[in-house]
Amino acid sequence: MPVTDTSVWNTLAPRNMELGPRSGSANILTDWRIIKGDDDIVWLILDRSDESTNTLSEAVLAELDTALDDISGMGAKGLVIRSAKKNGFVAGADIRDFRGVTAQEEQEVEKRMTRAHEIVDRLAALDIPTVAVIHGHCLGGGLELALACRYRLAISDAKLGFPEVLLGLHPGLGGTFRLTSLIDPVEAMTMMLTGRTVHAKKAKSLGLVDTVIEERHVENAVRAAVSGNVKTRRGSLKSGVFGFQPARQIAARQMRAQAEKHAPQQHYPAPYRLIDLWEEHGGDARAMQKAEIKSFSQLLVGDTAQNLIRVFFLREKLKGAAKGESGIRHVHVIGAGTMGGDIAAWCAARGLSVSLSDLDRNAMAGAIGRAAEFYGKKLHSGIERRDALDRLMPDFEQSGIAKADLIIEAIAEKADIKRRVFEAIAPKMKKNALLATNTSSIPLETLRENLPFADRLVGLHFFNPVAKMELVEIVAHDQASRSTLDRARAFCGAISKLPATVKSAPGFLVNRALTPYLVEAFVMLDEGTAKETIDRAATDFGMPMGPIELADRVGLDICLEVARMLKESLGGAMPEIPAWLAQKVEAGETGRKAGTGLYDYDDKGRPKKASDTAAPSPEMADRLILPMLNTCVACLREGIVEDADMLDGAMIFATGFAPFRGGPIHYARTRGAEDIVATLKRFEQQYGLRFAPDEGWKNLA
Amino acid sequence: MAQKPKPAAAPPKTRTRTRPSKPAKSAASAIGGDTAAVGRPVYLVDGTRTPFLRARGKPGPFTPVDLAVQCGRPLLARQSFSPETFDMVILGCVNVIADEMNPARVAALRLGMGAAMPAFTVQINCGSGMQSIDTAFRMIEVGKVDMILAGGAEALSHSPLVLSQEATKWFARFASEKTAWGKTAALADFRPEMAKPVIGLERGLTDPMTELNMGQTAEMIGHLFGITRQAADAYALESHQRLSRAHQEGFLDGELIPAVSRGGELYDHDDGVRPDTSLEKLASLKPVFEKPYGNVTAGNSSQITDGASWVILASEEAVRKHKLKPLARIIDAEWSALDPSIMGLGPTLCCTALMKRRGLAREDIDLWELNEAFAAQVLACLAAWEDEQYCRDVLGLEGTFGPIDRDRLNVDGGAISLGHPVGASGNRIVLHLVNAMRRLGLKRGMATECIGGGQGGAMLLEVV
Repeated sequence: MPVTDTSVWNTLAPRNMELGPRSGSANILTDWRIIKGDDDIVWLILDRSDESTNTLSEAVLAELDTALDDISGMGAKGLVIRSAKKNGFVAGADIRDFRGVTAQEEQEVEKRMTRAHEIVDRLAALDIPTVAVIHGHCLGGGLELALACRYRLAISDAKLGFPEVLLGLHPGLGGTFRLTSLIDPVEAMTMMLTGRTVHAKKAKSLGLVDTVIEERHVENAVRAAVSGNVKTRRGSLKSGVFGFQPARQIAARQMRAQAEKHAPQQHYPAPYRLIDLWEEHGGDARAMQKAEIKSFSQLLVGDTAQNLIRVFFLREKLKGAAKGESGIRHVHVIGAGTMGGDIAAWCAARGLSVSLSDLDRNAMAGAIGRAAEFYGKKLHSGIERRDALDRLMPDFEQSGIAKADLIIEAIAEKADIKRRVFEAIAPKMKKNALLATNTSSIPLETLRENLPFADRLVGLHFFNPVAKMELVEIVAHDQASRSTLDRARAFCGAISKLPATVKSAPGFLVNRALTPYLVEAFVMLDEGTAKETIDRAATDFGMPMGPIELADRVGLDICLEVARMLKESLGGAMPEIPAWLAQKVEAGETGRKAGTGLYDYDDKGRPKKASDTAAPSPEMADRLILPMLNTCVACLREGIVEDADMLDGAMIFATGFAPFRGGPIHYARTRGAEDIVATLKRFEQQYGLRFAPDEGWKNLA
Repeated sequence: MAQKPKPAAAPPKTRTRTRPSKPAKSAASAIGGDTAAVGRPVYLVDGTRTPFLRARGKPGPFTPVDLAVQCGRPLLARQSFSPETFDMVILGCVNVIADEMNPARVAALRLGMGAAMPAFTVQINCGSGMQSIDTAFRMIEVGKVDMILAGGAEALSHSPLVLSQEATKWFARFASEKTAWGKTAALADFRPEMAKPVIGLERGLTDPMTELNMGQTAEMIGHLFGITRQAADAYALESHQRLSRAHQEGFLDGELIPAVSRGGELYDHDDGVRPDTSLEKLASLKPVFEKPYGNVTAGNSSQITDGASWVILASEEAVRKHKLKPLARIIDAEWSALDPSIMGLGPTLCCTALMKRRGLAREDIDLWELNEAFAAQVLACLAAWEDEQYCRDVLGLEGTFGPIDRDRLNVDGGAISLGHPVGASGNRIVLHLVNAMRRLGLKRGMATECIGGGQGGAMLLEVV
């Protein structure tokens, strides 16, 4: 008989973390605590009160200043900075401090940043060895704090980076000049320009950290560092070369060209400001610091940063709805096509047990192959890849139906086929299991007929490609129970997706808003506009890809199905679907997956685009985007989603709607509802009824 | 239904030219001799196997543990209880690869059976997959535990290339030299023939005591009992035909579960089966082990394959507690040993010993699975049981044991058509025996195999 039912490791795991001397007097402040050991090494531990994650707020920095006062009189031989939070060192600045800053406050921001710099400079100037012990996330301001220490010791799970650029900013607490002078400046700039994080091992090879250690060696490694016995690799040949302005000029030119490919300057100024900073001041720390403060403050009060910060909080809002315990450990997916297979692969990668079934055994095998390929790219170790594949079982006997806590149906978009499957599996399901459909168009009211437990039916509408699109529409209907919806949302949280609860109405939110945009593009195509020109109009506006390419990506067959269904239920508000769309679908030219659709595709799935097409006219973007906004306003009025923020979040995380514009409704508000209504009215006269402004615009003024 | 009777492969002959040098010894396994006295009933509740996949001259898509996982996942998935419910995992595996030491434990963890799951690996060559069942059977029988996952897994295609002893010694010296001069000196001692690897599989299938490979032992006993090339080929042909029919008729549904590789390839049948082979084709093959006069060819030998098999064993309490539906009860098992050079006769010893202990005669056994290591070896066992001298002097029987009806032996083919992943085969024949008995409405069956190194294993089961 076993001695115990508890997990031995779970019991012992808390002992693993080294947080300095266990005895000795501790000086406990609000967010920091100071402990000095017998060896005269002082441990400064960050443990923000009432927060699960450490971030740097103004208050945290002010308290660091106090702590440094205290330490100066302690006769310390060395100083260690470490986080007591399990999930990491410091996740970055406390973005709440940055929210809602207006252009008028630029001077004020500059002052606050200057003060923050003084505190970090004080740490950097200490004459005793300072050691940052880094585990988990060490991002943005957190990394800047670590860079101000003499040594950085990384635990093997550490991830370091400067994601500021994703918020329309660049590092602002000394990162620009400290990183470029510590490591190869080109590597430093690449880290800051892409926002990519690096793992401990890579950080070591870059020279960003001095050594990578295991948690159990922290104490010994700290002692070695304090006595100067940790090897450091400082200053590369390249940093010497880039001390010369002409060398920086050449590199900067290349960086600008690279940046333009991913983030056009007109929409995303931050990368260009960062490149300017380095080009002008690289090699002169003091000048670069001053310029960094100024440039950061300017960016922070700008529209792009404020809108991207808004997007950050929209994500937090959506995440907030995904909290709680789903009770879902095992997911069974029916249908091993692109969506079903990819949903299954994603869930297994996120740690769930997954069974996948399909009538076609080869389709199941193919889905496993695709999953293995995906894991090969996205999972970091062979262990993770093996475990994810072990959790993903091709289910030849459909055993998963009786064991799953959640069954996701992802088969053909035919109501009667789906209903038949539901009927067959319903009696075999576990008592509390949820039944979810990935339908993109069929109302749940139709699917729940004959289902003995309509309260446990819910729509879980994933978007293609599953791995990239963060949003999942949680489709509610009037018989779905509260607990079903809560569990469905919590499930999204467990698999790192963002849930947006929508009503079971035709097209739900995202497809309904997207379809007028796509079909308008088809109309423009029929008017003789080149597809490249149409796509360009949308990407110039800030969409990640144009409507023609998107239609190919989604699949013309699916577009047709959704468009037909919406035309049927919404009538005049939708443009006529061109006859050629059905013909193309029938001919099998369904888009990217078929190798040909509206564009032709190369082996790597890239569209072949002509380069000599005309530039879009200024009106084109409005013709594409305004129908989408008009539909969003209608959805808001009809209560398809809870509120405007939820809608903005959903559109951004499902379609990539120009994030720097803060979402469709936010964009409409910023531009002014009157202006949009006037434009829509003009279009209505010119192009037809489908542009008639929704009555909901009144509520938006 | 079983197949119609076919004419016996060869008329049994009685020959007395050679005898084993020592009388064979038999011993009931594991715990004590008379197991009938002790013991709670032990049930075989369910089981699955992977397709058996031919080794094609390079490592196949699965390692031994990969196979155990491919096989175990669907089996565990179809149980009403969670994988942590088991008390223990026992896996037979002969060629353990370096990345998977104690493959039983690695498989248990990868199958999500929990960090607290004890697991060990057993090895008795071709009997390993049955040894795991027997060990589990004894532990449950005496009341130590209630439920065990017992299996066998083998990836013969992953057998390593091994450095020769000489090369290994040289490398050890080279590696331990600290200075450049030392290394250079060691380098000078290297001789080209050291680079020639020894094929691990070939060594593994060669008896270390006699230096005879397994095929040669089959040549030997075929000779001792007068098994002709034609009889062996006819037996092989029928093995393919029987397996092919089993595939087509769905006899293996629920027992054989497809496997899927990382590359997304589907493996959904035993790929060594050749339904279109013929006596002519088989006759055209050259002997592989003893050229040019031998009778054992690639066509009438078992195939080198990769595969895995698991069965779930449970006590009566576990059956009640989890509301399980047992397929069969394990009655007894027996292991015997004899001269390595005639290892193929092992089944005659252990089966006879077990039946004597249980007071059973040949007619009491409704169905037989006798592992098809070689056609000549199966036929030699059958012939031995009809051989008066052998039955009298070796088996201690009055009169002969008698003929085993081909309708009651390996009814759905065997290792000749589906392959012999050595660690898995013993498990597969037990599982398939049970499934075949249930399909045919039979009651009592014997699964038995010869074991390289000169042993034999047998297990007696009854359908419940």
